[in-house]
Amino acid sequence: MSLRAKLEYHAAQIRKLTITAIESAGYGHIGGSMSICDALAVLYCDIMKIDPLYPDKPDRDRLVMSKGHCGPALYATLAYKKYFPESLLTQLNRNGTSLPSHCDRLKTKGIDISTGSLGQGYSLAAGVAYGCRLKGYDNTCYCIVGDGELQEGQNWEAAQFVAHHNLSNLTLIVDNNKRQLDGYVQDICKQFDLAAKLKAFGLEVFEADGHDVLEIREALLAAKSSNKPNAVILDTQKGYGCCFSEIEGFNHYMVVTKEMADKARAEIDRRLQTP
Amino acid sequence: MKNMLVDNFAIDQVEMRQAYCDALIDVARQNPYVLDIEADVQYSMGTKRFKEIFPERSINCGIMEAHAVGFCGGLSAMGYIPFFHAFGVFATRRAFDQVFLALAYQDMNVKIIGGDAGVTATTNGGTHMPFEDMGLMRLVPDMTVIEPADSAMYPYAVHYMANTYGNFYLRSCRRKVMKIYGDNVQFTIGRANTLTQGGDIAIIACGIMVYEALKAREILLKQGIEARVIDMHTVKPLDVECVKTAAMECGAIVTAENHNVKGGLGEAVCAGLAQEYPVPVELVGVNDMFGQVGDQSYLMKVYGLTAENIAEKAIRCLRRKTK
Repeated sequence: MSLRAKLEYHAAQIRKLTITAIESAGYGHIGGSMSICDALAVLYCDIMKIDPLYPDKPDRDRLVMSKGHCGPALYATLAYKKYFPESLLTQLNRNGTSLPSHCDRLKTKGIDISTGSLGQGYSLAAGVAYGCRLKGYDNTCYCIVGDGELQEGQNWEAAQFVAHHNLSNLTLIVDNNKRQLDGYVQDICKQFDLAAKLKAFGLEVFEADGHDVLEIREALLAAKSSNKPNAVILDTQKGYGCCFSEIEGFNHYMVVTKEMADKARAEIDRRLQTP
Repeated sequence: MKNMLVDNFAIDQVEMRQAYCDALIDVARQNPYVLDIEADVQYSMGTKRFKEIFPERSINCGIMEAHAVGFCGGLSAMGYIPFFHAFGVFATRRAFDQVFLALAYQDMNVKIIGGDAGVTATTNGGTHMPFEDMGLMRLVPDMTVIEPADSAMYPYAVHYMANTYGNFYLRSCRRKVMKIYGDNVQFTIGRANTLTQGGDIAIIACGIMVYEALKAREILLKQGIEARVIDMHTVKPLDVECVKTAAMECGAIVTAENHNVKGGLGEAVCAGLAQEYPVPVELVGVNDMFGQVGDQSYLMKVYGLTAENIAEKAIRCLRRKTK
Protein backbone atom coordinates (compact mmCIF):
# COMPACT_ATOMS: atom_id res chain seq x y z
CA MET A 1 0.00 0.00 0.00
CA SER A 2 1.44 3.39 -0.95
CA LEU A 3 1.86 6.12 1.65
CA ARG A 4 -0.92 8.05 -0.05
CA ALA A 5 -3.26 5.06 0.09
CA LYS A 6 -2.40 4.47 3.73
CA LEU A 7 -3.03 8.06 4.78
CA GLU A 8 -6.22 8.25 2.72
CA TYR A 9 -7.39 5.08 4.42
CA HIS A 10 -6.73 6.60 7.86
CA ALA A 11 -8.55 9.79 6.88
CA ALA A 12 -11.53 7.78 5.64
CA GLN A 13 -11.75 5.87 8.94
CA ILE A 14 -11.53 9.10 10.94
CA ARG A 15 -14.27 10.68 8.78
CA LYS A 16 -16.55 7.71 9.29
CA LEU A 17 -15.96 7.71 13.05
CA THR A 18 -16.64 11.45 13.18
CA ILE A 19 -19.94 10.93 11.37
CA THR A 20 -20.79 8.11 13.78
CA ALA A 21 -20.14 10.37 16.77
CA ILE A 22 -22.32 13.17 15.40
CA GLU A 23 -24.99 10.71 14.29
CA SER A 24 -25.12 9.33 17.84
CA ALA A 25 -25.65 12.80 19.24
CA GLY A 26 -28.27 13.49 16.55
CA TYR A 27 -26.66 16.70 15.38
CA GLY A 28 -23.31 18.44 15.55
CA HIS A 29 -20.57 20.50 13.97
CA ILE A 30 -20.14 18.43 10.86
CA GLY A 31 -18.78 21.05 8.42
CA GLY A 32 -15.61 22.09 10.21
CA SER A 33 -15.04 18.56 11.49
CA MET A 34 -15.03 17.17 7.94
CA SER A 35 -12.70 19.84 6.58
CA ILE A 36 -9.96 18.99 9.11
CA CYS A 37 -10.10 15.16 8.96
CA ASP A 38 -7.35 14.78 6.37
CA ALA A 39 -4.96 16.98 8.36
CA LEU A 40 -5.74 15.08 11.58
CA ALA A 41 -5.06 11.78 9.82
CA VAL A 42 -1.67 12.99 8.61
CA LEU A 43 -0.81 14.50 12.00
CA TYR A 44 -1.80 11.60 14.24
CA CYS A 45 -0.98 8.72 11.88
CA ASP A 46 2.29 10.01 10.49
CA ILE A 47 3.76 13.28 11.74
CA MET A 48 3.18 13.65 15.46
CA LYS A 49 5.43 12.14 18.10
CA ILE A 50 2.80 10.58 20.35
CA ASP A 51 2.19 7.32 22.16
CA PRO A 52 -1.44 6.46 22.96
CA LEU A 53 -0.20 3.94 25.54
CA TYR A 54 1.69 6.73 27.29
CA PRO A 55 -0.58 9.72 26.58
CA ASP A 56 1.03 11.99 29.19
CA LYS A 57 4.62 11.47 28.02
CA PRO A 58 6.23 14.81 28.89
CA ASP A 59 8.09 15.45 25.63
CA ARG A 60 5.28 14.32 23.30
CA ASP A 61 4.06 16.55 20.51
CA ARG A 62 0.95 18.48 21.41
CA LEU A 63 -2.12 19.65 19.57
CA VAL A 64 -4.45 22.51 20.43
CA MET A 65 -7.74 22.34 18.53
CA SER A 66 -8.48 26.04 18.81
CA LYS A 67 -11.61 25.62 16.69
CA GLY A 68 -12.88 23.64 19.65
CA HIS A 69 -16.31 22.93 18.16
CA CYS A 70 -14.56 20.44 15.86
CA GLY A 71 -13.96 18.21 18.86
CA PRO A 72 -15.84 15.32 17.18
CA ALA A 73 -13.14 15.03 14.48
CA LEU A 74 -10.39 15.05 17.10
CA TYR A 75 -12.25 12.55 19.29
CA ALA A 76 -12.64 10.26 16.27
CA THR A 77 -8.90 10.57 15.61
CA LEU A 78 -8.03 9.82 19.24
CA ALA A 79 -10.39 6.83 19.28
CA TYR A 80 -8.90 5.61 16.00
CA LYS A 81 -5.46 5.88 17.61
CA LYS A 82 -6.82 3.89 20.58
CA TYR A 83 -6.60 6.60 23.26
CA PHE A 84 -10.04 5.30 24.22
CA PRO A 85 -12.49 2.76 22.75
CA GLU A 86 -14.27 3.71 19.54
CA SER A 87 -17.55 2.80 21.24
CA LEU A 88 -17.13 5.87 23.46
CA LEU A 89 -17.76 8.07 20.40
CA THR A 90 -21.48 7.28 20.68
CA GLN A 91 -21.44 9.18 23.98
CA LEU A 92 -20.79 12.56 22.32
CA ASN A 93 -22.74 15.24 24.22
CA ARG A 94 -24.60 12.72 26.38
CA ASN A 95 -25.37 13.78 29.94
CA GLY A 96 -22.22 13.40 32.02
CA THR A 97 -20.11 12.43 29.00
CA SER A 98 -16.34 12.56 28.69
CA LEU A 99 -16.79 13.77 25.10
CA PRO A 100 -18.39 17.23 25.19
CA SER A 101 -19.08 19.20 22.00
CA HIS A 102 -15.99 21.36 22.57
CA CYS A 103 -12.58 19.95 23.54
CA ASP A 104 -12.00 19.60 27.30
CA ARG A 105 -8.60 18.55 28.63
CA LEU A 106 -10.07 17.63 32.01
CA LYS A 107 -12.56 15.18 30.52
CA THR A 108 -10.97 13.48 27.52
CA LYS A 109 -7.78 11.45 27.33
CA GLY A 110 -5.49 12.86 24.65
CA ILE A 111 -6.85 16.41 24.71
CA ASP A 112 -4.00 18.74 25.61
CA ILE A 113 -5.92 22.01 25.99
CA SER A 114 -9.59 22.94 26.46
CA THR A 115 -11.00 25.19 23.77
CA GLY A 116 -14.30 26.57 22.55
CA SER A 117 -14.09 30.34 22.89
CA LEU A 118 -12.67 31.07 19.44
CA GLY A 119 -9.41 32.95 19.17
CA GLN A 120 -7.84 31.70 22.40
CA GLY A 121 -6.08 28.52 21.32
CA TYR A 122 -3.07 30.08 19.64
CA SER A 123 -2.10 31.93 22.85
CA LEU A 124 -2.45 28.75 24.88
CA ALA A 125 -0.40 26.89 22.29
CA ALA A 126 2.25 29.61 22.52
CA GLY A 127 2.43 28.97 26.26
CA VAL A 128 2.73 25.24 25.69
CA ALA A 129 5.45 25.74 23.05
CA TYR A 130 7.33 28.22 25.24
CA GLY A 131 7.13 25.77 28.14
CA CYS A 132 8.42 22.94 25.94
CA ARG A 133 11.33 25.12 24.89
CA LEU A 134 12.14 26.07 28.49
CA LYS A 135 12.19 22.38 29.35
CA GLY A 136 14.46 21.64 26.41
CA TYR A 137 12.07 19.23 24.68
CA ASP A 138 12.68 18.38 21.05
CA ASN A 139 9.03 18.40 20.07
CA THR A 140 6.39 20.33 18.17
CA CYS A 141 3.15 21.94 19.22
CA TYR A 142 0.37 22.22 16.64
CA CYS A 143 -2.51 24.64 16.82
CA ILE A 144 -5.47 24.30 14.48
CA VAL A 145 -7.53 27.43 13.83
CA GLY A 146 -10.35 28.11 11.42
CA ASP A 147 -10.18 30.88 8.86
CA GLY A 148 -13.32 32.46 10.31
CA GLU A 149 -11.75 32.20 13.75
CA LEU A 150 -8.89 34.40 12.58
CA GLN A 151 -11.34 37.31 12.76
CA GLU A 152 -10.70 37.23 16.52
CA GLY A 153 -7.98 39.78 17.27
CA GLN A 154 -6.25 37.70 19.92
CA ASN A 155 -4.86 35.45 17.16
CA TRP A 156 -2.85 38.36 15.88
CA GLU A 157 -1.55 39.25 19.34
CA ALA A 158 -0.41 35.63 19.57
CA ALA A 159 1.14 35.63 16.07
CA GLN A 160 3.18 38.72 16.87
CA PHE A 161 4.31 37.16 20.16
CA VAL A 162 5.17 33.80 18.57
CA ALA A 163 7.23 35.52 15.88
CA HIS A 164 8.98 37.86 18.31
CA HIS A 165 9.98 34.96 20.55
CA ASN A 166 10.90 32.80 17.57
CA LEU A 167 8.75 29.86 18.68
CA SER A 168 9.80 27.61 15.82
CA ASN A 169 8.46 24.59 17.72
CA LEU A 170 4.91 25.84 17.15
CA THR A 171 3.05 25.33 13.88
CA LEU A 172 -0.19 27.16 13.29
CA ILE A 173 -2.49 25.18 10.99
CA VAL A 174 -5.24 27.19 9.32
CA ASP A 175 -8.25 25.18 8.17
CA ASN A 176 -9.05 27.62 5.39
CA ASN A 177 -12.50 26.25 4.54
CA LYS A 178 -13.84 29.66 3.44
CA ARG A 179 -16.93 29.47 5.58
CA GLN A 180 -18.02 30.46 9.04
CA LEU A 181 -21.28 29.90 10.89
CA ASP A 182 -23.32 32.54 9.10
CA GLY A 183 -21.96 32.03 5.60
CA TYR A 184 -18.89 32.73 3.51
CA VAL A 185 -15.96 34.49 5.19
CA GLN A 186 -15.66 36.59 2.05
CA ASP A 187 -19.17 37.96 2.58
CA ILE A 188 -19.09 38.43 6.34
CA CYS A 189 -15.65 39.92 6.96
CA LYS A 190 -13.11 39.12 4.30
CA GLN A 191 -9.65 38.01 5.32
CA PHE A 192 -7.80 39.59 2.37
CA ASP A 193 -4.45 37.91 1.67
CA LEU A 194 -4.10 35.46 4.56
CA ALA A 195 -0.62 34.21 3.64
CA ALA A 196 0.65 37.76 3.26
CA LYS A 197 -0.84 38.72 6.61
CA LEU A 198 0.80 35.82 8.42
CA LYS A 199 4.10 36.58 6.69
CA ALA A 200 3.80 40.23 7.68
CA PHE A 201 3.42 39.10 11.29
CA GLY A 202 6.75 37.30 11.00
CA LEU A 203 5.73 33.71 10.31
CA GLU A 204 7.07 31.44 7.60
CA VAL A 205 4.06 30.26 5.62
CA PHE A 206 3.52 26.94 3.87
CA GLU A 207 0.45 26.13 1.81
CA ALA A 208 -1.18 22.88 0.79
CA ASP A 209 -4.34 21.36 -0.59
CA GLY A 210 -5.97 20.44 2.71
CA HIS A 211 -7.61 17.36 1.20
CA ASP A 212 -4.47 15.96 -0.40
CA VAL A 213 -2.74 13.90 2.28
CA LEU A 214 0.67 13.99 0.65
CA GLU A 215 0.57 17.74 0.16
CA ILE A 216 -0.46 18.18 3.79
CA ARG A 217 2.36 15.90 4.86
CA GLU A 218 4.92 17.73 2.78
CA ALA A 219 3.84 21.12 4.20
CA LEU A 220 3.86 19.85 7.80
CA LEU A 221 7.32 18.30 7.35
CA ALA A 222 8.62 21.54 5.84
CA ALA A 223 7.16 23.43 8.80
CA LYS A 224 8.72 20.97 11.25
CA SER A 225 12.16 21.38 9.75
CA SER A 226 11.87 25.16 9.62
CA ASN A 227 13.88 27.08 12.17
CA LYS A 228 11.35 29.89 12.11
CA PRO A 229 7.91 30.25 13.66
CA ASN A 230 5.54 29.02 11.01
CA ALA A 231 2.06 28.43 9.71
CA VAL A 232 0.51 25.96 7.31
CA ILE A 233 -2.52 27.18 5.41
CA LEU A 234 -4.71 24.30 4.27
CA ASP A 235 -6.98 25.00 1.33
CA THR A 236 -10.07 23.08 2.42
CA GLN A 237 -13.79 22.79 1.77
CA LYS A 238 -16.21 22.93 4.67
CA GLY A 239 -18.08 19.64 4.90
CA TYR A 240 -15.67 17.86 2.54
CA GLY A 241 -15.79 14.10 2.20
CA CYS A 242 -19.24 13.58 3.65
CA CYS A 243 -21.82 13.40 0.87
CA PHE A 244 -24.59 15.18 2.72
CA SER A 245 -22.52 17.99 4.25
CA GLU A 246 -20.45 18.81 1.18
CA ILE A 247 -23.56 19.72 -0.81
CA GLU A 248 -25.35 21.58 1.97
CA GLY A 249 -25.31 25.39 1.94
CA PHE A 250 -25.47 25.64 5.73
CA ASN A 251 -23.31 22.88 7.16
CA HIS A 252 -21.75 24.47 10.22
CA TYR A 253 -23.89 22.14 12.26
CA MET A 254 -26.46 19.72 10.95
CA VAL A 255 -28.98 17.18 12.09
CA VAL A 256 -27.59 13.77 11.11
CA THR A 257 -29.92 10.78 10.91
CA LYS A 258 -28.92 7.13 10.76
CA GLU A 259 -29.93 7.01 7.13
CA MET A 260 -27.76 10.00 6.24
CA ALA A 261 -24.83 8.58 8.21
CA ASP A 262 -25.12 5.13 6.64
CA LYS A 263 -25.15 6.64 3.19
CA ALA A 264 -22.18 8.91 3.98
CA ARG A 265 -20.07 6.09 5.41
CA ALA A 266 -20.84 3.88 2.38
CA GLU A 267 -19.91 6.73 0.06
CA ILE A 268 -16.60 7.25 1.89
CA ASP A 269 -15.80 3.55 1.41
CA ARG A 270 -16.84 3.70 -2.22
CA ARG A 271 -14.61 6.71 -2.93
CA LEU A 272 -11.71 5.05 -1.14
CA GLN A 273 -11.98 2.08 -3.47
CA THR A 274 -12.41 4.27 -6.56
CA PRO A 275 -9.14 6.09 -7.23
CA MET B 1 -6.35 37.74 71.59
CA LYS B 2 -2.82 38.11 70.29
CA ASN B 3 -2.04 41.64 69.17
CA MET B 4 -1.20 41.59 65.47
CA LEU B 5 -0.99 45.34 65.04
CA VAL B 6 2.03 47.63 64.91
CA ASP B 7 2.58 49.75 68.02
CA ASN B 8 2.20 53.02 66.15
CA PHE B 9 0.54 53.42 62.77
CA ALA B 10 2.73 55.05 60.14
CA ILE B 11 3.33 54.93 56.43
CA ASP B 12 5.20 51.77 55.53
CA GLN B 13 8.90 51.91 54.72
CA VAL B 14 8.36 49.51 51.85
CA GLU B 15 6.35 50.14 48.69
CA MET B 16 3.78 47.46 47.97
CA ARG B 17 5.34 46.78 44.56
CA GLN B 18 8.71 46.27 46.22
CA ALA B 19 7.16 43.86 48.70
CA TYR B 20 5.72 41.97 45.74
CA CYS B 21 8.95 41.87 43.77
CA ASP B 22 10.99 40.77 46.81
CA ALA B 23 8.50 38.00 47.53
CA LEU B 24 8.43 36.89 43.89
CA ILE B 25 12.23 36.70 43.85
CA ASP B 26 12.08 34.62 47.03
CA VAL B 27 9.59 32.13 45.64
CA ALA B 28 11.45 31.97 42.31
CA ARG B 29 14.63 31.02 44.20
CA GLN B 30 12.74 28.25 45.94
CA ASN B 31 10.77 27.01 42.93
CA PRO B 32 12.33 26.88 39.44
CA TYR B 33 8.88 26.76 37.81
CA VAL B 34 7.81 30.22 38.99
CA LEU B 35 7.73 32.68 36.06
CA ASP B 36 6.99 36.41 35.85
CA ILE B 37 4.69 37.31 32.93
CA GLU B 38 4.25 40.96 32.06
CA ALA B 39 2.17 43.09 29.71
CA ASP B 40 4.33 46.20 29.48
CA VAL B 41 3.92 47.52 33.01
CA GLN B 42 7.06 46.04 34.48
CA TYR B 43 8.41 49.50 35.23
CA SER B 44 5.18 50.73 36.85
CA MET B 45 4.59 47.56 38.81
CA GLY B 46 8.16 47.29 40.04
CA THR B 47 9.36 43.91 38.80
CA LYS B 48 12.44 45.09 36.90
CA ARG B 49 14.67 43.61 39.57
CA PHE B 50 13.13 40.19 39.02
CA LYS B 51 14.11 40.42 35.37
CA GLU B 52 17.67 41.39 36.30
CA ILE B 53 18.01 38.33 38.52
CA PHE B 54 16.03 35.88 36.36
CA PRO B 55 16.19 37.21 32.79
CA GLU B 56 15.03 33.89 31.32
CA ARG B 57 12.07 33.67 33.67
CA SER B 58 10.59 37.10 33.09
CA ILE B 59 8.61 37.31 29.86
CA ASN B 60 7.15 40.60 28.73
CA CYS B 61 4.35 39.95 26.24
CA GLY B 62 3.88 43.57 25.31
CA ILE B 63 0.51 45.28 25.43
CA MET B 64 -1.65 42.21 24.92
CA GLU B 65 -3.37 41.13 28.13
CA ALA B 66 -5.73 38.69 26.42
CA HIS B 67 -2.83 36.85 24.83
CA ALA B 68 -0.74 37.08 28.00
CA VAL B 69 -3.42 35.31 30.05
CA GLY B 70 -3.81 32.58 27.42
CA PHE B 71 -0.03 32.25 27.25
CA CYS B 72 0.02 31.77 31.04
CA GLY B 73 -2.55 29.00 30.63
CA GLY B 74 -0.29 27.18 28.18
CA LEU B 75 2.72 27.58 30.48
CA SER B 76 0.67 26.19 33.34
CA ALA B 77 -0.27 23.17 31.23
CA MET B 78 3.48 22.56 30.96
CA GLY B 79 3.91 22.62 34.74
CA TYR B 80 5.03 26.22 35.17
CA ILE B 81 3.63 28.64 37.75
CA PRO B 82 3.12 31.97 35.99
CA PHE B 83 2.57 35.14 38.01
CA PHE B 84 0.86 37.54 35.59
CA HIS B 85 1.17 41.15 36.52
CA ALA B 86 -0.89 44.01 35.07
CA PHE B 87 -3.06 46.91 36.14
CA GLY B 88 -6.19 45.49 37.77
CA VAL B 89 -8.54 46.76 35.09
CA PHE B 90 -6.65 45.09 32.25
CA ALA B 91 -5.77 41.90 34.12
CA THR B 92 -9.44 41.22 34.83
CA ARG B 93 -11.87 43.29 32.79
CA ARG B 94 -10.01 43.18 29.50
CA ALA B 95 -9.04 39.53 29.75
CA PHE B 96 -12.11 38.17 31.51
CA ASP B 97 -12.97 35.44 28.99
CA GLN B 98 -9.33 34.36 28.93
CA VAL B 99 -9.17 34.19 32.73
CA PHE B 100 -12.43 32.27 32.76
CA LEU B 101 -11.72 29.74 30.00
CA ALA B 102 -7.97 29.57 29.45
CA LEU B 103 -7.28 29.38 33.20
CA ALA B 104 -10.15 28.56 35.55
CA TYR B 105 -12.27 26.37 33.28
CA GLN B 106 -9.34 24.07 32.61
CA ASP B 107 -7.93 24.03 36.15
CA MET B 108 -4.66 25.84 35.45
CA ASN B 109 -2.26 27.16 38.06
CA VAL B 110 -1.87 30.88 37.35
CA LYS B 111 -1.56 33.79 39.75
CA ILE B 112 -2.94 37.12 38.56
CA ILE B 113 -1.70 40.26 40.26
CA GLY B 114 -3.92 43.27 39.58
CA GLY B 115 -2.25 46.53 40.46
CA ASP B 116 -3.53 50.01 41.30
CA ALA B 117 -6.57 48.82 43.26
CA GLY B 118 -9.51 51.24 43.19
CA VAL B 119 -8.69 54.84 44.14
CA THR B 120 -4.97 54.07 44.35
CA ALA B 121 -4.95 54.46 40.56
CA THR B 122 -5.25 58.22 41.38
CA THR B 123 -4.30 60.37 38.39
CA ASN B 124 -4.59 57.53 35.86
CA GLY B 125 -8.30 58.11 36.32
CA GLY B 126 -11.49 56.34 35.33
CA THR B 127 -10.05 54.16 32.59
CA HIS B 128 -7.46 52.69 34.97
CA MET B 129 -9.40 52.58 38.24
CA PRO B 130 -10.65 49.09 39.07
CA PHE B 131 -13.81 49.17 41.14
CA GLU B 132 -15.08 45.95 39.55
CA ASP B 133 -12.07 43.61 39.46
CA MET B 134 -12.89 41.66 42.62
CA GLY B 135 -16.50 41.32 41.51
CA LEU B 136 -15.45 39.89 38.16
CA MET B 137 -12.98 37.50 39.75
CA ARG B 138 -15.47 36.41 42.43
CA LEU B 139 -17.71 35.18 39.62
CA VAL B 140 -15.04 32.85 38.25
CA PRO B 141 -15.51 29.37 39.77
CA ASP B 142 -12.64 28.18 42.00
CA MET B 143 -10.86 31.55 41.80
CA THR B 144 -9.38 32.68 45.11
CA VAL B 145 -9.52 36.47 45.57
CA ILE B 146 -7.11 38.18 47.98
CA GLU B 147 -6.48 41.82 48.88
CA PRO B 148 -3.62 42.27 51.35
CA ALA B 149 -3.71 45.25 53.68
CA ASP B 150 0.01 45.95 53.83
CA SER B 151 3.52 44.85 52.96
CA ALA B 152 3.60 42.30 55.80
CA MET B 153 0.65 40.35 54.43
CA TYR B 154 1.72 40.62 50.77
CA PRO B 155 4.75 38.27 50.83
CA TYR B 156 2.79 35.72 52.78
CA ALA B 157 0.14 35.71 50.04
CA VAL B 158 2.77 35.40 47.30
CA HIS B 159 4.37 32.39 49.00
CA TYR B 160 0.97 30.83 49.59
CA MET B 161 -0.01 31.27 45.94
CA ALA B 162 3.27 29.79 44.69
CA ASN B 163 2.84 26.76 46.93
CA THR B 164 -0.88 26.17 46.35
CA TYR B 165 -2.19 24.76 43.08
CA GLY B 166 -4.97 26.82 41.53
CA ASN B 167 -5.87 30.18 40.06
CA PHE B 168 -5.63 33.26 42.24
CA TYR B 169 -6.43 36.93 41.86
CA LEU B 170 -4.56 39.26 44.15
CA ARG B 171 -5.37 42.96 43.98
CA SER B 172 -2.91 45.39 45.35
CA CYS B 173 -1.48 48.85 44.95
CA ARG B 174 1.98 49.91 44.00
CA ARG B 175 2.91 52.62 46.46
CA LYS B 176 3.44 52.77 50.23
CA VAL B 177 0.39 52.19 52.40
CA MET B 178 -0.16 52.42 56.14
CA LYS B 179 1.62 49.63 57.96
CA ILE B 180 -0.98 47.60 59.84
CA TYR B 181 0.72 44.46 60.98
CA GLY B 182 3.57 44.03 63.42
CA ASP B 183 6.42 41.59 62.93
CA ASN B 184 6.00 37.83 62.74
CA VAL B 185 2.25 37.82 62.17
CA GLN B 186 0.97 34.56 60.70
CA PHE B 187 -1.71 34.71 58.02
CA THR B 188 -4.03 32.00 56.80
CA ILE B 189 -5.58 32.44 53.37
CA GLY B 190 -9.33 32.03 53.79
CA ARG B 191 -9.21 32.97 57.50
CA ALA B 192 -9.89 36.59 58.40
CA ASN B 193 -7.80 38.39 61.00
CA THR B 194 -9.73 39.89 63.89
CA LEU B 195 -7.55 42.87 64.68
CA THR B 196 -9.35 44.40 67.66
CA GLN B 197 -11.85 43.24 70.24
CA GLY B 198 -15.23 44.93 70.38
CA GLY B 199 -18.79 43.79 70.83
CA ASP B 200 -20.95 46.70 69.71
CA ILE B 201 -20.42 46.46 65.99
CA ALA B 202 -18.00 44.72 63.60
CA ILE B 203 -16.23 46.49 60.77
CA ILE B 204 -15.13 44.06 58.08
CA ALA B 205 -12.62 45.58 55.66
CA CYS B 206 -9.97 44.67 53.10
CA GLY B 207 -6.97 46.36 51.50
CA ILE B 208 -6.39 50.03 52.28
CA MET B 209 -9.77 50.16 54.01
CA VAL B 210 -8.43 48.16 56.96
CA TYR B 211 -6.56 51.21 58.18
CA GLU B 212 -9.65 53.38 57.66
CA ALA B 213 -11.61 50.86 59.71
CA LEU B 214 -9.07 51.10 62.53
CA LYS B 215 -9.33 54.90 62.43
CA ALA B 216 -13.12 54.64 62.43
CA ARG B 217 -12.82 52.52 65.56
CA GLU B 218 -11.06 55.42 67.30
CA ILE B 219 -13.82 57.83 66.26
CA LEU B 220 -16.48 55.45 67.53
CA LEU B 221 -14.64 54.84 70.82
CA LYS B 222 -15.02 58.53 71.61
CA GLN B 223 -18.76 57.96 71.46
CA GLY B 224 -18.54 54.93 73.70
CA ILE B 225 -18.92 52.45 70.85
CA GLU B 226 -16.48 49.60 70.74
CA ALA B 227 -16.01 48.22 67.25
CA ARG B 228 -14.42 44.94 66.33
CA VAL B 229 -12.21 45.38 63.27
CA ILE B 230 -11.71 42.44 60.94
CA ASP B 231 -9.28 42.24 58.01
CA MET B 232 -11.06 40.09 55.44
CA HIS B 233 -7.97 39.76 53.25
CA THR B 234 -9.43 36.74 51.45
CA VAL B 235 -12.60 37.95 49.78
CA LYS B 236 -13.19 34.55 48.20
CA PRO B 237 -13.57 32.05 49.73
CA LEU B 238 -15.07 34.26 52.40
CA ASP B 239 -14.45 33.35 56.03
CA VAL B 240 -18.14 32.87 56.74
CA GLU B 241 -17.48 31.51 60.23
CA CYS B 242 -15.74 34.72 61.22
CA VAL B 243 -18.58 36.81 59.75
CA LYS B 244 -21.17 34.69 61.54
CA THR B 245 -19.36 34.95 64.86
CA ALA B 246 -19.13 38.72 64.45
CA ALA B 247 -22.85 38.86 63.68
CA MET B 248 -23.75 36.78 66.72
CA GLU B 249 -21.48 38.64 69.11
CA CYS B 250 -21.85 42.20 67.77
CA GLY B 251 -25.30 42.15 66.14
CA ALA B 252 -24.38 44.71 63.48
CA ILE B 253 -21.81 44.87 60.69
CA VAL B 254 -20.26 47.50 58.46
CA THR B 255 -18.21 46.43 55.46
CA ALA B 256 -15.55 48.66 53.92
CA GLU B 257 -13.93 48.22 50.52
CA ASN B 258 -12.07 50.26 47.92
CA HIS B 259 -14.32 48.74 45.24
CA ASN B 260 -17.87 48.91 43.95
CA VAL B 261 -20.23 47.71 46.67
CA LYS B 262 -21.89 45.72 43.91
CA GLY B 263 -19.99 42.49 43.51
CA GLY B 264 -17.39 43.12 46.16
CA LEU B 265 -16.73 42.38 49.83
CA GLY B 266 -19.99 43.94 51.05
CA GLU B 267 -22.18 41.76 48.90
CA ALA B 268 -20.13 38.69 49.76
CA VAL B 269 -20.59 39.37 53.49
CA CYS B 270 -24.33 40.01 53.00
CA ALA B 271 -24.77 36.76 51.10
CA GLY B 272 -22.94 34.84 53.82
CA LEU B 273 -24.96 36.49 56.59
CA ALA B 274 -28.31 36.10 54.87
CA GLN B 275 -27.79 32.35 54.86
CA GLU B 276 -26.25 32.03 58.30
CA TYR B 277 -27.27 34.77 60.75
CA PRO B 278 -28.89 37.93 59.32
CA VAL B 279 -28.13 41.16 61.19
CA PRO B 280 -28.22 44.80 60.01
CA VAL B 281 -25.37 45.59 57.59
CA GLU B 282 -24.19 48.88 56.08
CA LEU B 283 -21.86 48.89 53.09
CA VAL B 284 -19.04 51.37 52.66
CA GLY B 285 -17.63 51.37 49.15
CA VAL B 286 -18.02 52.90 45.73
CA ASN B 287 -21.70 53.18 45.00
CA ASP B 288 -21.94 51.98 41.40
CA MET B 289 -19.83 54.76 39.93
CA PHE B 290 -16.90 55.08 37.53
CA GLY B 291 -13.45 56.24 38.59
CA GLN B 292 -11.93 59.65 37.89
CA VAL B 293 -8.63 61.48 38.28
CA GLY B 294 -7.64 62.89 41.65
CA ASP B 295 -5.27 62.27 44.51
CA GLN B 296 -6.10 59.42 46.84
CA SER B 297 -7.40 61.48 49.78
CA TYR B 298 -9.65 63.49 47.44
CA LEU B 299 -11.00 60.35 45.80
CA MET B 300 -11.63 58.68 49.13
CA LYS B 301 -13.80 61.62 50.11
CA VAL B 302 -15.59 61.69 46.75
CA TYR B 303 -16.50 58.02 46.94
CA GLY B 304 -17.21 57.97 50.68
CA LEU B 305 -14.32 55.72 51.67
CA THR B 306 -12.97 57.60 54.72
CA ALA B 307 -12.87 56.59 58.37
CA GLU B 308 -15.55 59.22 58.97
CA ASN B 309 -17.79 57.56 56.37
CA ILE B 310 -17.30 54.21 58.08
CA ALA B 311 -18.09 55.67 61.52
CA GLU B 312 -21.21 57.36 60.15
CA LYS B 313 -22.47 54.10 58.64
CA ALA B 314 -21.63 52.28 61.87
CA ILE B 315 -23.87 54.63 63.85
CA ARG B 316 -26.65 54.23 61.34
CA CYS B 317 -26.26 50.47 61.54
CA LEU B 318 -26.38 50.57 65.34
CA ARG B 319 -29.68 52.47 65.18
CA ARG B 320 -31.11 49.69 63.01
CA LYS B 321 -29.75 47.10 65.43
CA THR B 322 -31.62 48.57 68.40
CA LYS B 323 -34.94 48.90 66.61
